Amino acid sequence: MTFHWMQIVYALVSLFIVLNVGLVIQGIVRKIGARLGRRYGIRWYQPYLDLFKNYAMRSTVSHGIMFYLGPVFRLSGGIGLFLFMPVIYGSAWFQNFSGSGDLILLAYFIFFGTLGMALGAGEGGHPYSAIGITRGLSQMTAAEVPLILAIIAIAVQYQTLSVTDIVAAQQGSILNWTLFTNPLATVAAMLGFLGSMMRSPFDVVLAPQEIPIGPPTEFHSNFLAVLQTNRAIFPMAKTILYVNLFFGGATNWPVLIVKVFLLYMWPVFIGVAFPRFRVDQSIRWFLRIPALIGILAILFI
Amino acid sequence: MSNDDLKKRRVKGPDGIEFEVNPMEDYFCTERPHPESPANRILEKFFNWARSESVWILGYGTGCGAIEMRPLMTPRFDAYRFGIQWRPTPRQSNLLMVSGYLSVKTLKRVIRSYEQMQNPKFVMALGSCTINGGMYWDSYNTINRLDHYLPVDVYVAGCMPRPESILAGLEELKKRIRAGKGEGANTYIENLDWYKANQKKIIKDWDMPDYNW
Repeated sequence: MTFHWMQIVYALVSLFIVLNVGLVIQGIVRKIGARLGRRYGIRWYQPYLDLFKNYAMRSTVSHGIMFYLGPVFRLSGGIGLFLFMPVIYGSAWFQNFSGSGDLILLAYFIFFGTLGMALGAGEGGHPYSAIGITRGLSQMTAAEVPLILAIIAIAVQYQTLSVTDIVAAQQGSILNWTLFTNPLATVAAMLGFLGSMMRSPFDVVLAPQEIPIGPPTEFHSNFLAVLQTNRAIFPMAKTILYVNLFFGGATNWPVLIVKVFLLYMWPVFIGVAFPRFRVDQSIRWFLRIPALIGILAILFI
Repeated sequence: MSNDDLKKRRVKGPDGIEFEVNPMEDYFCTERPHPESPANRILEKFFNWARSESVWILGYGTGCGAIEMRPLMTPRFDAYRFGIQWRPTPRQSNLLMVSGYLSVKTLKRVIRSYEQMQNPKFVMALGSCTINGGMYWDSYNTINRLDHYLPVDVYVAGCMPRPESILAGLEELKKRIRAGKGEGANTYIENLDWYKANQKKIIKDWDMPDYNW
């Protein structure tokens, strides 16, 4: 794939669109949660206001260099994941740098932010941060198992690690989607998906009832704003990756947004319906049925 | 924490190595804070609007006031729809809601929490106890006027104020912030000596550092 300077501009444009879609979806999701709790809920644009407010805070307290780098790593994890996959299949504009990356790199980027955050929050020194990180990393590792098994399964199935090629193979009919050609891998990955979306029953990282908000306890002002920006981008990037791998990709923005929204709702509905797991329960859960389905997906390919 | 915990001492670590700990320097900041001036006029107007529409509360439930927070956030009054949200950590909050009476013991913690919040920050005091001591006005272990120890932006009268009046207080606070009057953090730092003198006068066993940021 040849490189043009304009690609950087295109990538920034698509990043901007995705950031906005992410913020709006965040607002809508919280509104849905509120309605289920019989509240009116926040305004749909509240995430924007919170973001502006935090960028506008005047003072910051530093706990060291890694404390600065934590949110930066987290954000680069989100943006990195987004930049190395095609957003709109077949569009010259929104290909990002998908030619330069492959599935292994993307799988690494999913973990990268969490690792950076672990170092940063650790330097904050708050005990809740440390507990949150321990829980987060353990759960993340467990949730990655079914996801990676599914990724191996579809890499074997399509004989490629390039996301663009995988999307290309799924074009034509809805029956060409990985969802139909390899349902076991899709199920395993969708179960693994729950683990990284930080919603009940898998929100042991934030554990609102025991260690309120976990790792970001010490992060404030601009640090928090950077994390909030990532919170809009990262789940979107991750969901777009799922759309690309299992649900046939998207050939235009409306289709992409609808698919992403529906996928985003999967952890949300599970979250409002189920109470929270303890750490050990959550890890055991991932290593049992989802991991087993993942192994079956590889065996039956 | 007691005064002894803050003294310089030698500690033996779990790996058997002895090292020196000076809590006042190692764990706390000894630098005196300075006021943070607002951005330019137009930008500050926009920022103030964002701040007023995104109030993150650190609820300091010392007394009966804390009870009124629950209906405020649950379906009946649902303050979330006004951009008011609760945060569990002082680092991320910008409104300290002190509810009800403050004993000398809790005042210490309120001060620490307030100082850990970031500029700009606001204080809202609920109930007659924070205004004049209320039914504890001649008690030996509660304070009479919160204004002497922290810069209060809005008082909400009542014993206890109902959620409606707290919402009205929050609306008042929003107006203040939008008008650029929510500069309590700077007021506190500019008059730090006066506030610290007042605090130390009432807290006899001052066993914490002077600055908690």
